[in-house]
Amino acid sequence: MVAIFFRRILVAIPVLLAVASITFFLIKIAPGGPFDADKAVSPQVLKNLNEAYNLDASNWEQYIDYMSNLLRGDLGPSFRFPGRSVTEMIATGLPVTFELAFYAILIALVMGIFSGVLAALKRNTFLDFIPMAVAMIGICVPTFLMGPLLVLIFGINLEILPVSGWGQLPGDKILPSLTLGFAYAAYIARLSRGGMLEVLNQDFIRTARAKGLTERMVVVKHAMQGGLIPVVSFLGPAIAGLLAGSFVVETIFQIPGLGRFYVEAAFNRDYTMILGTTIFFSAMIVFFNLMSDLAALWLNPRSRDAS
Amino acid sequence: MNNSLWSDALYRLSRNRAAMFGGFLLILLIICAALAPWIAPYSYSYQNLSLGASPPSADHLLGTDVLGRDLLSRILYGARISLLVGFVATGVALVIGVSWGIIAGYIGGRVDSIMMRIVDILYGLPFIIFIILLMVIFGRNLWLLFGAIGAVEWLTMARIVRGQVIGLKNQEFVMAAKAMGVSNLSMFRRHLLPNILGPIAVYATLTIPQVMLLEGFLSFLGLGIQPPMSSWGTLIKDGVESMEEFSWLLIYPGITFTITLFALNFFGDGLRDALDPKTSDN
Repeated sequence: MVAIFFRRILVAIPVLLAVASITFFLIKIAPGGPFDADKAVSPQVLKNLNEAYNLDASNWEQYIDYMSNLLRGDLGPSFRFPGRSVTEMIATGLPVTFELAFYAILIALVMGIFSGVLAALKRNTFLDFIPMAVAMIGICVPTFLMGPLLVLIFGINLEILPVSGWGQLPGDKILPSLTLGFAYAAYIARLSRGGMLEVLNQDFIRTARAKGLTERMVVVKHAMQGGLIPVVSFLGPAIAGLLAGSFVVETIFQIPGLGRFYVEAAFNRDYTMILGTTIFFSAMIVFFNLMSDLAALWLNPRSRDAS
Repeated sequence: MNNSLWSDALYRLSRNRAAMFGGFLLILLIICAALAPWIAPYSYSYQNLSLGASPPSADHLLGTDVLGRDLLSRILYGARISLLVGFVATGVALVIGVSWGIIAGYIGGRVDSIMMRIVDILYGLPFIIFIILLMVIFGRNLWLLFGAIGAVEWLTMARIVRGQVIGLKNQEFVMAAKAMGVSNLSMFRRHLLPNILGPIAVYATLTIPQVMLLEGFLSFLGLGIQPPMSSWGTLIKDGVESMEEFSWLLIYPGITFTITLFALNFFGDGLRDALDPKTSDN
Protein backbone atom coordinates (compact mmCIF):
# COMPACT_ATOMS: atom_id res chain seq x y z
CA MET A 1 0.00 0.00 0.00
CA VAL A 2 2.77 2.40 0.86
CA ALA A 3 4.42 1.54 -2.44
CA ILE A 4 1.18 2.19 -4.33
CA PHE A 5 0.80 5.47 -2.51
CA PHE A 6 4.24 6.70 -3.50
CA ARG A 7 3.95 5.47 -7.06
CA ARG A 8 0.69 7.35 -7.48
CA ILE A 9 2.16 10.51 -5.96
CA LEU A 10 5.08 10.24 -8.36
CA VAL A 11 2.68 10.05 -11.29
CA ALA A 12 0.54 12.87 -9.96
CA ILE A 13 3.30 15.47 -9.84
CA PRO A 14 4.17 15.52 -13.56
CA VAL A 15 0.45 15.33 -14.39
CA LEU A 16 -0.25 18.45 -12.35
CA LEU A 17 2.72 20.25 -13.89
CA ALA A 18 1.39 19.31 -17.33
CA VAL A 19 -2.07 20.61 -16.41
CA ALA A 20 -0.54 23.87 -15.23
CA SER A 21 1.54 24.24 -18.40
CA ILE A 22 -1.30 23.40 -20.79
CA THR A 23 -3.67 25.76 -19.02
CA PHE A 24 -1.04 28.48 -19.03
CA PHE A 25 -0.47 28.29 -22.78
CA LEU A 26 -4.19 27.90 -23.55
CA ILE A 27 -4.76 31.19 -21.82
CA LYS A 28 -1.82 32.77 -23.65
CA ILE A 29 -3.33 31.91 -27.04
CA ALA A 30 -6.72 33.25 -26.01
CA PRO A 31 -7.67 36.15 -28.28
CA GLY A 32 -7.41 39.55 -26.61
CA GLY A 33 -5.46 40.73 -23.60
CA PRO A 34 -6.84 40.81 -20.10
CA PHE A 35 -7.31 44.60 -20.08
CA ASP A 36 -9.04 44.93 -23.45
CA ALA A 37 -12.47 45.39 -21.91
CA ASP A 38 -11.47 48.53 -20.05
CA LYS A 39 -11.97 50.90 -22.96
CA ALA A 40 -10.82 54.03 -21.18
CA VAL A 41 -7.32 52.72 -20.60
CA SER A 42 -4.73 54.96 -22.28
CA PRO A 43 -1.67 53.42 -23.96
CA GLN A 44 0.53 54.63 -21.14
CA VAL A 45 -1.66 53.04 -18.48
CA LEU A 46 -1.87 49.86 -20.50
CA LYS A 47 1.89 49.79 -20.76
CA ASN A 48 2.21 50.27 -17.03
CA LEU A 49 -0.37 47.58 -16.37
CA ASN A 50 1.44 45.15 -18.65
CA GLU A 51 4.67 46.00 -16.93
CA ALA A 52 3.19 45.60 -13.47
CA TYR A 53 1.81 42.17 -14.32
CA ASN A 54 4.95 41.22 -16.25
CA LEU A 55 2.92 40.80 -19.45
CA ASP A 56 5.50 42.47 -21.67
CA ALA A 57 8.00 39.68 -21.08
CA SER A 58 8.10 36.87 -23.60
CA ASN A 59 5.66 34.00 -23.11
CA TRP A 60 8.51 31.74 -22.23
CA GLU A 61 9.85 34.05 -19.52
CA GLN A 62 6.37 34.48 -18.12
CA TYR A 63 5.94 30.74 -18.06
CA ILE A 64 9.19 30.13 -16.18
CA ASP A 65 8.24 32.90 -13.81
CA TYR A 66 4.76 31.55 -13.22
CA MET A 67 5.90 27.98 -12.68
CA SER A 68 8.61 28.92 -10.22
CA ASN A 69 6.12 31.04 -8.29
CA LEU A 70 3.66 28.17 -8.43
CA LEU A 71 6.12 25.82 -6.79
CA ARG A 72 6.33 28.31 -3.95
CA GLY A 73 2.53 28.39 -3.67
CA ASP A 74 2.19 31.85 -5.20
CA LEU A 75 -0.48 31.93 -7.89
CA GLY A 76 0.04 35.57 -8.86
CA PRO A 77 -2.19 38.63 -8.59
CA SER A 78 -5.82 38.72 -9.70
CA PHE A 79 -6.37 40.78 -12.87
CA ARG A 80 -9.83 41.92 -11.86
CA PHE A 81 -9.39 42.57 -8.18
CA PRO A 82 -6.28 44.72 -7.95
CA GLY A 83 -4.32 44.24 -4.79
CA ARG A 84 -5.65 40.77 -4.15
CA SER A 85 -3.68 37.66 -4.94
CA VAL A 86 -5.24 34.51 -6.35
CA THR A 87 -3.87 32.51 -3.44
CA GLU A 88 -5.64 34.90 -1.08
CA MET A 89 -8.94 34.56 -2.92
CA ILE A 90 -8.70 30.78 -2.91
CA ALA A 91 -7.99 30.90 0.81
CA THR A 92 -11.14 32.98 1.36
CA GLY A 93 -13.43 30.84 -0.76
CA LEU A 94 -12.12 27.41 0.12
CA PRO A 95 -13.43 27.07 3.69
CA VAL A 96 -16.93 27.99 2.54
CA THR A 97 -16.87 25.48 -0.32
CA PHE A 98 -15.40 22.82 1.95
CA GLU A 99 -18.12 23.32 4.52
CA LEU A 100 -20.80 23.11 1.84
CA ALA A 101 -19.24 20.00 0.33
CA PHE A 102 -18.85 18.43 3.75
CA TYR A 103 -22.54 18.83 4.61
CA ALA A 104 -23.52 17.63 1.16
CA ILE A 105 -21.37 14.49 1.40
CA LEU A 106 -22.67 13.85 4.90
CA ILE A 107 -26.28 14.09 3.74
CA ALA A 108 -25.49 11.95 0.71
CA LEU A 109 -23.76 9.23 2.75
CA VAL A 110 -26.37 9.03 5.49
CA MET A 111 -29.36 9.11 3.15
CA GLY A 112 -27.74 7.01 0.45
CA ILE A 113 -26.29 4.22 2.53
CA PHE A 114 -29.33 3.94 4.75
CA SER A 115 -31.80 3.67 1.89
CA GLY A 116 -29.48 1.55 -0.27
CA VAL A 117 -28.80 -1.03 2.43
CA LEU A 118 -32.46 -1.08 3.42
CA ALA A 119 -33.50 -1.58 -0.21
CA ALA A 120 -31.05 -4.47 -0.59
CA LEU A 121 -32.25 -6.16 2.59
CA LYS A 122 -35.92 -5.72 1.74
CA ARG A 123 -35.44 -6.54 -1.91
CA ASN A 124 -38.50 -6.43 -4.14
CA THR A 125 -40.73 -4.95 -1.45
CA PHE A 126 -42.00 -1.41 -1.35
CA LEU A 127 -39.07 -0.54 0.92
CA ASP A 128 -36.93 -1.36 -2.11
CA PHE A 129 -39.07 0.26 -4.81
CA ILE A 130 -39.79 3.57 -3.13
CA PRO A 131 -36.20 4.54 -2.20
CA MET A 132 -35.01 3.42 -5.64
CA ALA A 133 -37.70 5.46 -7.37
CA VAL A 134 -36.69 8.49 -5.29
CA ALA A 135 -33.06 7.78 -6.23
CA MET A 136 -34.03 7.78 -9.90
CA ILE A 137 -35.58 11.21 -9.40
CA GLY A 138 -32.39 12.37 -7.71
CA ILE A 139 -30.38 11.25 -10.72
CA CYS A 140 -32.71 12.74 -13.32
CA VAL A 141 -33.40 16.09 -11.69
CA PRO A 142 -30.24 18.12 -12.26
CA THR A 143 -28.80 20.24 -9.46
CA PHE A 144 -29.56 23.43 -11.36
CA LEU A 145 -33.25 22.49 -11.34
CA MET A 146 -33.39 20.90 -7.88
CA GLY A 147 -31.96 24.02 -6.22
CA PRO A 148 -34.48 26.47 -7.67
CA LEU A 149 -37.35 24.03 -7.02
CA LEU A 150 -36.37 23.69 -3.35
CA VAL A 151 -36.14 27.48 -3.13
CA LEU A 152 -39.54 27.80 -4.76
CA ILE A 153 -41.16 25.34 -2.35
CA PHE A 154 -39.41 25.98 0.98
CA GLY A 155 -38.23 29.53 0.52
CA ILE A 156 -40.91 31.27 -1.48
CA ASN A 157 -44.15 29.33 -1.01
CA LEU A 158 -43.79 27.93 2.50
CA GLU A 159 -41.42 30.68 3.64
CA ILE A 160 -39.71 28.45 6.20
CA LEU A 161 -36.11 28.66 4.97
CA PRO A 162 -33.94 31.51 3.67
CA VAL A 163 -33.58 31.57 -0.12
CA SER A 164 -29.91 32.57 -0.25
CA GLY A 165 -26.77 33.33 1.72
CA TRP A 166 -24.38 31.30 3.83
CA GLY A 167 -24.13 31.72 7.58
CA GLN A 168 -26.09 34.96 7.73
CA LEU A 169 -29.57 33.75 8.63
CA PRO A 170 -30.45 30.71 10.73
CA GLY A 171 -31.04 27.72 8.48
CA ASP A 172 -29.62 29.23 5.33
CA LYS A 173 -27.16 26.35 5.01
CA ILE A 174 -29.91 23.74 4.78
CA LEU A 175 -31.15 24.22 1.23
CA PRO A 176 -27.74 24.50 -0.46
CA SER A 177 -26.45 21.40 1.33
CA LEU A 178 -29.59 19.43 0.47
CA THR A 179 -29.45 20.52 -3.15
CA LEU A 180 -25.85 19.46 -3.54
CA GLY A 181 -26.21 16.29 -1.49
CA PHE A 182 -29.36 14.90 -3.02
CA ALA A 183 -27.96 13.82 -6.37
CA TYR A 184 -25.10 12.03 -4.61
CA ALA A 185 -27.47 10.41 -2.15
CA ALA A 186 -29.21 8.94 -5.17
CA TYR A 187 -26.03 7.54 -6.70
CA ILE A 188 -24.83 6.22 -3.36
CA ALA A 189 -28.19 4.55 -2.72
CA ARG A 190 -27.97 2.71 -6.03
CA LEU A 191 -24.34 1.75 -5.54
CA SER A 192 -24.81 0.51 -2.00
CA ARG A 193 -27.90 -1.46 -2.99
CA GLY A 194 -25.97 -3.14 -5.82
CA GLY A 195 -22.91 -3.79 -3.68
CA MET A 196 -24.96 -5.20 -0.81
CA LEU A 197 -26.96 -7.48 -3.08
CA GLU A 198 -23.76 -8.93 -4.44
CA VAL A 199 -22.27 -9.53 -1.00
CA LEU A 200 -25.41 -10.85 0.65
CA ASN A 201 -25.43 -13.88 -1.67
CA GLN A 202 -21.92 -14.94 -0.78
CA ASP A 203 -20.85 -17.90 1.29
CA PHE A 204 -19.29 -15.99 4.14
CA ILE A 205 -22.61 -14.29 4.84
CA ARG A 206 -24.31 -17.65 4.98
CA THR A 207 -21.59 -18.82 7.35
CA ALA A 208 -22.10 -15.76 9.52
CA ARG A 209 -25.83 -16.47 9.63
CA ALA A 210 -25.25 -20.14 10.31
CA LYS A 211 -23.01 -19.23 13.23
CA GLY A 212 -26.13 -17.73 14.72
CA LEU A 213 -25.09 -14.11 14.56
CA THR A 214 -27.88 -11.62 14.84
CA GLU A 215 -29.07 -10.15 11.55
CA ARG A 216 -27.77 -6.81 12.72
CA MET A 217 -24.26 -8.21 13.23
CA VAL A 218 -24.34 -9.96 9.87
CA VAL A 219 -25.32 -6.80 8.06
CA VAL A 220 -23.29 -4.22 9.91
CA LYS A 221 -20.12 -6.16 10.59
CA HIS A 222 -19.84 -8.54 7.66
CA ALA A 223 -21.92 -7.48 4.71
CA MET A 224 -21.46 -3.73 4.82
CA GLN A 225 -17.68 -3.85 4.82
CA GLY A 226 -17.60 -5.49 1.42
CA GLY A 227 -20.88 -4.18 0.13
CA LEU A 228 -19.89 -0.55 0.51
CA ILE A 229 -16.61 -0.74 -1.40
CA PRO A 230 -18.30 0.62 -4.56
CA VAL A 231 -19.45 3.62 -2.50
CA VAL A 232 -15.93 4.30 -1.30
CA SER A 233 -14.50 4.09 -4.81
CA PHE A 234 -17.24 6.44 -5.96
CA LEU A 235 -16.34 9.11 -3.42
CA GLY A 236 -13.17 10.19 -5.22
CA PRO A 237 -14.83 10.92 -8.57
CA ALA A 238 -17.78 12.34 -6.63
CA ILE A 239 -15.53 15.09 -5.31
CA ALA A 240 -14.99 16.22 -8.90
CA GLY A 241 -18.73 16.22 -9.43
CA LEU A 242 -19.30 18.06 -6.17
CA LEU A 243 -17.02 20.76 -7.46
CA ALA A 244 -19.12 21.23 -10.59
CA GLY A 245 -22.20 21.12 -8.36
CA SER A 246 -20.72 23.81 -6.15
CA PHE A 247 -20.49 26.13 -9.19
CA VAL A 248 -24.24 25.82 -9.60
CA VAL A 249 -25.26 25.77 -5.95
CA GLU A 250 -23.04 28.70 -5.00
CA THR A 251 -24.40 30.67 -7.94
CA ILE A 252 -28.03 29.91 -7.10
CA PHE A 253 -27.72 30.61 -3.39
CA GLN A 254 -25.17 33.42 -3.72
CA ILE A 255 -22.62 31.71 -1.53
CA PRO A 256 -19.17 33.34 -1.49
CA GLY A 257 -17.24 30.14 -2.14
CA LEU A 258 -14.61 28.98 -4.57
CA GLY A 259 -17.16 27.74 -7.11
CA ARG A 260 -18.79 31.13 -7.46
CA PHE A 261 -15.38 32.83 -7.67
CA TYR A 262 -14.48 30.52 -10.53
CA VAL A 263 -17.68 31.19 -12.45
CA GLU A 264 -17.23 34.93 -11.94
CA ALA A 265 -13.61 34.71 -13.04
CA ALA A 266 -14.76 32.89 -16.16
CA PHE A 267 -17.22 35.68 -16.94
CA ASN A 268 -14.74 38.46 -16.18
CA ARG A 269 -11.95 36.72 -18.10
CA ASP A 270 -9.82 37.06 -14.99
CA TYR A 271 -7.13 34.84 -16.46
CA THR A 272 -4.80 34.54 -13.51
CA MET A 273 -7.72 33.58 -11.29
CA ILE A 274 -8.91 30.99 -13.83
CA LEU A 275 -5.42 29.58 -14.17
CA GLY A 276 -4.82 29.46 -10.43
CA THR A 277 -8.15 27.86 -9.57
CA THR A 278 -7.82 25.32 -12.39
CA ILE A 279 -4.48 24.16 -11.05
CA PHE A 280 -5.80 24.16 -7.52
CA PHE A 281 -8.95 22.18 -8.41
CA SER A 282 -6.88 19.65 -10.35
CA ALA A 283 -4.53 19.12 -7.44
CA MET A 284 -7.45 18.68 -5.10
CA ILE A 285 -9.19 16.17 -7.33
CA VAL A 286 -6.05 14.14 -7.96
CA PHE A 287 -5.56 14.03 -4.21
CA PHE A 288 -9.11 12.91 -3.39
CA ASN A 289 -9.06 10.27 -6.12
CA LEU A 290 -5.89 8.88 -4.62
CA MET A 291 -7.43 8.84 -1.14
CA SER A 292 -10.58 7.06 -2.28
CA ASP A 293 -8.63 4.45 -4.27
CA LEU A 294 -6.46 3.74 -1.27
CA ALA A 295 -9.48 3.48 1.02
CA ALA A 296 -11.17 1.05 -1.37
CA LEU A 297 -7.99 -1.05 -1.59
CA TRP A 298 -7.72 -1.11 2.15
CA LEU A 299 -11.36 -2.14 2.63
CA ASN A 300 -10.99 -5.10 0.31
CA PRO A 301 -9.27 -7.84 2.31
CA ARG A 302 -7.94 -9.55 -0.83
CA SER A 303 -6.03 -6.57 -2.14
CA ARG A 304 -5.06 -5.55 1.39
CA ASP A 305 -3.32 -8.85 2.01
CA ALA A 306 -1.80 -8.97 -1.44
CA SER A 307 0.06 -5.72 -1.14
CA MET B 1 -23.81 -10.08 -36.91
CA ASN B 2 -25.22 -12.44 -34.36
CA ASN B 3 -28.92 -12.38 -35.15
CA SER B 4 -30.24 -14.46 -32.31
CA LEU B 5 -28.49 -12.21 -29.78
CA TRP B 6 -30.24 -9.17 -31.18
CA SER B 7 -33.64 -10.79 -31.56
CA ASP B 8 -33.43 -12.22 -28.05
CA ALA B 9 -32.46 -8.80 -26.79
CA LEU B 10 -35.31 -7.17 -28.66
CA TYR B 11 -37.70 -9.67 -27.14
CA ARG B 12 -36.44 -9.00 -23.64
CA LEU B 13 -36.55 -5.27 -24.25
CA SER B 14 -40.14 -5.44 -25.45
CA ARG B 15 -41.10 -7.14 -22.18
CA ASN B 16 -39.59 -4.34 -20.11
CA ARG B 17 -42.41 -1.85 -19.72
CA ALA B 18 -40.37 0.98 -18.23
CA ALA B 19 -37.81 0.75 -21.03
CA MET B 20 -40.49 0.56 -23.73
CA PHE B 21 -42.24 3.58 -22.27
CA GLY B 22 -38.93 5.44 -22.17
CA GLY B 23 -38.22 4.51 -25.77
CA PHE B 24 -41.71 5.58 -26.85
CA LEU B 25 -41.30 8.96 -25.13
CA LEU B 26 -37.93 9.45 -26.79
CA ILE B 27 -39.27 8.75 -30.26
CA LEU B 28 -42.14 11.14 -29.60
CA LEU B 29 -39.70 13.82 -28.45
CA ILE B 30 -37.41 13.36 -31.41
CA ILE B 31 -40.39 13.66 -33.77
CA CYS B 32 -41.63 16.78 -31.99
CA ALA B 33 -38.15 18.31 -32.11
CA ALA B 34 -37.73 17.49 -35.78
CA LEU B 35 -41.15 18.91 -36.66
CA ALA B 36 -40.85 21.93 -34.37
CA PRO B 37 -41.03 24.54 -37.19
CA TRP B 38 -44.33 23.02 -38.35
CA ILE B 39 -46.05 22.03 -35.12
CA ALA B 40 -44.93 24.85 -32.83
CA PRO B 41 -47.82 27.30 -32.49
CA TYR B 42 -45.50 30.35 -32.73
CA SER B 43 -41.95 31.11 -33.74
CA TYR B 44 -39.48 30.82 -30.87
CA SER B 45 -38.49 34.46 -31.26
CA TYR B 46 -41.98 35.92 -31.85
CA GLN B 47 -42.52 38.50 -29.12
CA ASN B 48 -45.81 39.87 -27.94
CA LEU B 49 -44.52 42.49 -25.56
CA SER B 50 -47.98 43.76 -24.65
CA LEU B 51 -48.77 40.30 -23.31
CA GLY B 52 -45.66 40.01 -21.14
CA ALA B 53 -45.45 36.96 -18.92
CA SER B 54 -48.87 35.33 -18.97
CA PRO B 55 -49.91 32.08 -17.30
CA PRO B 56 -51.03 29.10 -19.41
CA SER B 57 -54.14 29.89 -21.48
CA ALA B 58 -55.97 28.65 -24.55
CA ASP B 59 -53.80 30.78 -26.85
CA HIS B 60 -50.54 29.88 -25.14
CA LEU B 61 -50.87 26.38 -23.69
CA LEU B 62 -47.86 26.72 -21.40
CA GLY B 63 -48.02 30.48 -21.00
CA THR B 64 -45.55 33.09 -22.22
CA ASP B 65 -42.24 34.39 -20.92
CA VAL B 66 -41.43 37.93 -19.81
CA LEU B 67 -40.99 39.04 -23.43
CA GLY B 68 -44.35 37.53 -24.38
CA ARG B 69 -42.82 34.60 -26.23
CA ASP B 70 -44.82 31.37 -26.34
CA LEU B 71 -43.24 28.92 -23.86
CA LEU B 72 -44.46 25.76 -25.62
CA SER B 73 -42.84 26.87 -28.86
CA ARG B 74 -39.63 27.73 -27.08
CA ILE B 75 -39.55 24.33 -25.38
CA LEU B 76 -40.10 22.61 -28.73
CA TYR B 77 -37.31 24.58 -30.38
CA GLY B 78 -35.13 24.11 -27.29
CA ALA B 79 -35.60 20.35 -27.70
CA ARG B 80 -33.83 20.58 -31.04
CA ILE B 81 -30.73 22.09 -29.49
CA SER B 82 -30.73 19.94 -26.35
CA LEU B 83 -31.23 16.69 -28.24
CA LEU B 84 -28.78 17.75 -30.94
CA VAL B 85 -26.09 18.42 -28.35
CA GLY B 86 -26.93 15.12 -26.65
CA PHE B 87 -26.64 13.06 -29.81
CA VAL B 88 -23.80 14.85 -31.60
CA ALA B 89 -21.53 15.12 -28.55
CA THR B 90 -22.22 11.47 -27.74
CA GLY B 91 -21.31 10.67 -31.34
CA VAL B 92 -18.01 12.49 -30.97
CA ALA B 93 -17.33 10.61 -27.73
CA LEU B 94 -18.26 7.36 -29.42
CA VAL B 95 -15.87 7.81 -32.33
CA ILE B 96 -12.93 8.73 -30.11
CA GLY B 97 -13.66 6.18 -27.40
CA VAL B 98 -14.31 3.23 -29.71
CA SER B 99 -11.24 3.85 -31.87
CA TRP B 100 -9.05 4.35 -28.82
CA GLY B 101 -10.39 1.24 -27.10
CA ILE B 102 -10.12 -1.02 -30.16
CA ILE B 103 -6.59 0.07 -30.95
CA ALA B 104 -5.40 -0.27 -27.36
CA GLY B 105 -7.11 -3.61 -26.84
CA TYR B 106 -6.16 -5.15 -30.18
CA ILE B 107 -2.53 -4.07 -30.38
CA GLY B 108 -1.91 -4.68 -26.68
CA GLY B 109 1.50 -4.60 -25.08
CA ARG B 110 3.23 -1.29 -24.56
CA VAL B 111 0.86 0.63 -26.80
CA ASP B 112 -2.05 -0.60 -24.71
CA SER B 113 -0.46 0.25 -21.40
CA ILE B 114 0.52 3.73 -22.55
CA MET B 115 -2.90 4.43 -24.04
CA MET B 116 -4.76 3.24 -20.97
CA ARG B 117 -2.37 5.10 -18.70
CA ILE B 118 -3.39 8.26 -20.54
CA VAL B 119 -7.05 7.41 -19.98
CA ASP B 120 -6.38 6.83 -16.28
CA ILE B 121 -4.66 10.16 -15.95
CA LEU B 122 -7.35 12.06 -17.84
CA TYR B 123 -9.97 10.39 -15.66
CA GLY B 124 -8.52 12.04 -12.61
CA LEU B 125 -8.76 15.59 -13.95
CA PRO B 126 -11.62 18.04 -13.47
CA PHE B 127 -12.85 18.15 -17.03
CA ILE B 128 -15.77 20.36 -16.37
CA ILE B 129 -13.25 23.09 -15.71
CA PHE B 130 -11.52 22.53 -19.00
CA ILE B 131 -14.81 22.78 -20.85
CA ILE B 132 -15.50 26.08 -19.11
CA LEU B 133 -11.96 27.18 -19.91
CA LEU B 134 -12.39 26.35 -23.60
CA MET B 135 -15.74 28.13 -23.75
CA VAL B 136 -14.21 31.21 -22.13
CA ILE B 137 -11.12 31.29 -24.32
CA PHE B 138 -12.59 30.46 -27.70
CA GLY B 139 -16.04 31.94 -27.31
CA ARG B 140 -19.30 30.18 -26.71
CA ASN B 141 -19.99 28.43 -29.91
CA LEU B 142 -22.17 25.43 -30.56
CA TRP B 143 -19.58 23.38 -32.46
CA LEU B 144 -16.97 23.94 -29.82
CA LEU B 145 -19.52 22.78 -27.27
CA PHE B 146 -20.07 19.51 -29.18
CA GLY B 147 -16.34 18.95 -29.46
CA ALA B 148 -15.52 19.87 -25.89
CA ILE B 149 -18.21 17.69 -24.35
CA GLY B 150 -17.45 14.83 -26.72
CA ALA B 151 -13.77 15.10 -25.95
CA VAL B 152 -14.35 14.50 -22.26
CA GLU B 153 -17.03 11.82 -22.38
CA TRP B 154 -15.05 9.23 -24.35
CA LEU B 155 -12.95 7.88 -21.50
CA THR B 156 -15.37 5.32 -20.11
CA MET B 157 -16.23 4.21 -23.64
CA ALA B 158 -12.55 3.56 -24.36
CA ARG B 159 -12.26 1.41 -21.24
CA ILE B 160 -15.38 -0.61 -22.01
CA VAL B 161 -14.38 -1.23 -25.63
CA ARG B 162 -10.83 -2.17 -24.72
CA GLY B 163 -12.06 -4.74 -22.22
CA GLN B 164 -14.40 -6.26 -24.79
CA VAL B 165 -11.72 -6.38 -27.49
CA ILE B 166 -9.26 -8.12 -25.20
CA GLY B 167 -11.91 -10.73 -24.53
CA LEU B 168 -12.50 -11.23 -28.27
CA LYS B 169 -8.87 -11.15 -29.35
CA ASN B 170 -8.09 -14.70 -28.37
CA GLN B 171 -11.20 -16.29 -29.81
CA GLU B 172 -10.83 -18.68 -32.72
CA PHE B 173 -12.58 -16.62 -35.36
CA VAL B 174 -10.33 -13.64 -34.75
CA MET B 175 -7.22 -15.80 -34.85
CA ALA B 176 -8.51 -17.49 -38.00
CA ALA B 177 -9.08 -14.13 -39.63
CA LYS B 178 -5.60 -13.04 -38.61
CA ALA B 179 -4.10 -16.24 -39.98
CA MET B 180 -5.82 -15.56 -43.29
CA GLY B 181 -4.07 -12.23 -43.46
CA VAL B 182 -7.00 -9.90 -42.87
CA SER B 183 -5.74 -6.32 -42.57
CA ASN B 184 -6.02 -4.50 -39.28
CA LEU B 185 -8.62 -2.09 -40.59
CA SER B 186 -10.99 -4.74 -41.85
CA MET B 187 -10.35 -6.75 -38.71
CA PHE B 188 -11.69 -3.79 -36.75
CA ARG B 189 -14.60 -3.16 -39.05
CA ARG B 190 -15.77 -6.64 -39.90
CA HIS B 191 -14.80 -8.79 -36.96
CA LEU B 192 -14.36 -6.76 -33.82
CA LEU B 193 -16.84 -3.91 -34.11
CA PRO B 194 -19.95 -6.00 -34.84
CA ASN B 195 -19.26 -8.10 -31.78
CA ILE B 196 -19.03 -5.20 -29.39
CA LEU B 197 -21.99 -3.22 -30.69
CA GLY B 198 -24.10 -4.29 -27.71
CA PRO B 199 -22.05 -2.69 -24.94
CA ILE B 200 -21.41 0.31 -27.19
CA ALA B 201 -25.13 0.84 -27.76
CA VAL B 202 -25.85 0.56 -24.05
CA TYR B 203 -23.15 2.94 -23.01
CA ALA B 204 -24.02 5.43 -25.74
CA THR B 205 -27.63 5.51 -24.56
CA LEU B 206 -26.48 6.19 -21.04
CA THR B 207 -24.01 8.86 -22.19
CA ILE B 208 -26.68 10.96 -23.91
CA PRO B 209 -28.40 12.01 -20.67
CA GLN B 210 -25.02 12.84 -19.12
CA VAL B 211 -24.15 15.02 -22.07
CA MET B 212 -27.51 16.75 -21.91
CA LEU B 213 -26.98 17.40 -18.22
CA LEU B 214 -23.58 18.87 -18.98
CA GLU B 215 -25.02 21.15 -21.67
CA GLY B 216 -27.80 22.18 -19.31
CA PHE B 217 -25.26 22.89 -16.61
CA LEU B 218 -23.14 25.08 -18.88
CA SER B 219 -26.14 26.90 -20.31
CA PHE B 220 -27.47 27.43 -16.81
CA LEU B 221 -24.24 29.14 -15.82
CA GLY B 222 -24.46 31.22 -19.00
CA LEU B 223 -21.46 29.51 -20.57
CA GLY B 224 -23.31 27.27 -23.00
CA ILE B 225 -25.94 28.06 -25.61
CA GLN B 226 -26.26 31.82 -26.16
CA PRO B 227 -29.43 33.78 -26.97
CA PRO B 228 -31.38 34.06 -29.20
CA MET B 229 -30.89 30.31 -29.48
CA SER B 230 -32.35 28.42 -26.57
CA SER B 231 -31.86 25.00 -25.10
CA TRP B 232 -33.67 23.53 -22.13
CA GLY B 233 -30.75 24.62 -19.98
CA THR B 234 -31.18 28.28 -20.97
CA LEU B 235 -34.96 28.04 -20.53
CA ILE B 236 -34.45 26.75 -16.99
CA LYS B 237 -31.96 29.54 -16.37
CA ASP B 238 -34.49 32.13 -17.59
CA GLY B 239 -37.17 30.41 -15.53
CA VAL B 240 -35.11 30.67 -12.37
CA GLU B 241 -34.66 34.39 -12.88
CA SER B 242 -38.39 34.99 -12.84
CA MET B 243 -39.64 32.07 -10.76
CA GLU B 244 -40.87 34.18 -7.86
CA GLU B 245 -43.69 35.70 -9.88
CA PHE B 246 -43.94 33.41 -12.90
CA SER B 247 -43.25 29.93 -11.60
CA TRP B 248 -44.54 28.21 -14.78
CA LEU B 249 -41.49 29.50 -16.63
CA LEU B 250 -39.33 27.27 -14.45
CA ILE B 251 -41.69 24.37 -13.97
CA TYR B 252 -42.57 23.42 -17.57
CA PRO B 253 -39.04 23.43 -19.00
CA GLY B 254 -37.92 21.63 -15.84
CA ILE B 255 -40.55 18.92 -16.25
CA THR B 256 -39.68 18.43 -19.92
CA PHE B 257 -35.99 18.12 -19.18
CA THR B 258 -36.52 15.72 -16.29
CA ILE B 259 -38.91 13.50 -18.22
CA THR B 260 -36.45 13.28 -21.09
CA LEU B 261 -33.65 12.26 -18.76
CA PHE B 262 -35.94 9.68 -17.17
CA ALA B 263 -36.83 8.26 -20.56
CA LEU B 264 -33.19 8.02 -21.63
CA ASN B 265 -32.12 6.40 -18.38
CA PHE B 266 -34.97 3.87 -18.37
CA PHE B 267 -34.35 3.01 -21.99
CA GLY B 268 -30.59 2.69 -21.43
CA ASP B 269 -31.04 0.49 -18.36
CA GLY B 270 -33.55 -1.66 -20.23
CA LEU B 271 -31.19 -2.01 -23.17
CA ARG B 272 -28.38 -3.08 -20.85
CA ASP B 273 -30.55 -5.69 -19.18
CA ALA B 274 -31.80 -6.92 -22.54
CA LEU B 275 -28.36 -7.26 -24.12
CA ASP B 276 -26.65 -8.69 -21.10
CA PRO B 277 -29.08 -10.56 -18.86
CA LYS B 278 -26.25 -11.58 -16.54
CA THR B 279 -25.63 -8.09 -15.21
CA SER B 280 -29.29 -7.38 -14.65
CA ASP B 281 -30.11 -7.65 -11.00
CA ASN B 282 -33.73 -8.64 -11.37
